[in-house]
Amino acid sequence: MTDAAQAIEVTDLHKRFGPLEVLKGVSLNARQGDVIAVIGGSGSGKSTFLRCINMLELPSAGRVSVHGEEIRMKPDGKGGLVPADRKQVQRIRTQLGMVFQSFNLWQHMTILENVIEAPVHVLGKSRAEAVETAERLLNRVGLFEKRDAYPAFLSGGQQQRAAIARALAIQPLVMLFDEPTSALDPELVGEVLAVIGDLAREKRTMILVTHEMKFARDVANHIVFLHNGIIEEQGPPEAIFGAPKSERLKKFISSIH
Amino acid sequence: MTDETTHALALVPEDLPTAESFLKPHRIVLMILFAGLVVAVAVFMRWDWLPRYLPRLGSGILVSLAMLFGTAILGFLLAVPLGLVQVTGPWFLKLPARLFCTIIRGTPLLLQLWLLYYGLGSLFPQFPWIRHSFLWPYLREAWPYGVAALTLSFAAYEGEVMRGAFAGVPQGELEAARAYGMGRWTMFRRIWLPRAVHRALPTLNGETVLQLKSTPLVATITVVDVYAVISKVRQETYLTYEPLLLLALIYMCLTGILVVAFRYFENRIPTSGA
Repeated sequence: MTDAAQAIEVTDLHKRFGPLEVLKGVSLNARQGDVIAVIGGSGSGKSTFLRCINMLELPSAGRVSVHGEEIRMKPDGKGGLVPADRKQVQRIRTQLGMVFQSFNLWQHMTILENVIEAPVHVLGKSRAEAVETAERLLNRVGLFEKRDAYPAFLSGGQQQRAAIARALAIQPLVMLFDEPTSALDPELVGEVLAVIGDLAREKRTMILVTHEMKFARDVANHIVFLHNGIIEEQGPPEAIFGAPKSERLKKFISSIH
Repeated sequence: MTDETTHALALVPEDLPTAESFLKPHRIVLMILFAGLVVAVAVFMRWDWLPRYLPRLGSGILVSLAMLFGTAILGFLLAVPLGLVQVTGPWFLKLPARLFCTIIRGTPLLLQLWLLYYGLGSLFPQFPWIRHSFLWPYLREAWPYGVAALTLSFAAYEGEVMRGAFAGVPQGELEAARAYGMGRWTMFRRIWLPRAVHRALPTLNGETVLQLKSTPLVATITVVDVYAVISKVRQETYLTYEPLLLLALIYMCLTGILVVAFRYFENRIPTSGA
């Protein structure tokens, strides 16, 4: 069970919204260094799947383990699950660096304050140490000069790069990207993908929900194609994009080219 | 109040007048007219009573300010939980909070003040344990009833403002807080509350100015604020307009100070046009 190289293990995940079953038993195994891209049409459940990993959505059934530690769940009495131990979820979340489609930077804080917030107020690091790390990360995503600006004054691409720095600041075991370029103007997509590509090349473990097929093919070592809440097909990018087996995947790939 | 209007009310630095914008012909004419008016008021009206009453006016202003800041701060501290439980609380907290806000906002402040002062104030002495308690010296005074009425009123109005402000903080920002492992209290203290207060500042500014102008009601229950002092001046000097003009000037100055102070805080976190 406690495999050191184990990053995330999801087993038979189900998610229902009322009568609608969005996920119908999804399993995924991510080892450290894996870059997994989750693709699929809208409504395929790919964002819901990602959000179940850090319990932003509570799964209706199934198990999630992070770094070999299973998140303990208990029945909520209405046919779903709730975390048995809130503190455990909070602790595990600090190992998962989430990047949202709509950035979700805290608008009342400067970029630097956004990046040091979780290290100081969740992980209990000293402010000086957090600022040092934050400035290094902002430098890396090319936003060192913008560290004292407020998010509202940045472009979408800059905000998303700042959000990536904020997620990296907690030094997560795994990065989770939820369609990180979908809310961006087309000319701003490239700068964000460049940052994510850099992270992938240094073998940082990540799970990436994306519509950017060419990018997924370039950076991922494993592609998961979700359709109607189940994994229709998965495998290395050459197989998925070069020799798709299922009809739905063939149709999906041809529809986006 | 919706997001758009609060942002529209927020003053951006460009809105502040510059020195040369005063030097337009129509403005110069208006300024000369106004200066003439001020001189006329100063020369042709009677102000000889003023030095005699200055100390009392000063203490009256202090009482008014104490009433304003005391009740605004206490009221706001009550408004935060009132607004919060209406957004996330269970029904047994949500319902009383909504009821409280509706009743207080639905009745005149003067009525509440009199109900507290003449109602409770005459009820309390009938209970020996209240008369023997350490609170009795205060309950015999008028000002605690004024503070209570003004505090409850401010809490009810700002409770509604904070309800809207809490509800208006984008879900995504709260989700981000949870995603990085924040507990409920940390999220409330670091993200939700400051974000809501920032959104509500322009409205709170207006409401605090209104609160300042509600304070003279306490003069009706014998608290000697600046309005009560001016009334005294009018009774003793048989002058009508001069004391009232001075009172208007005093309230305008206090309002101006409040507005400038709030704008300073609003501008500390700039909002873009969005």
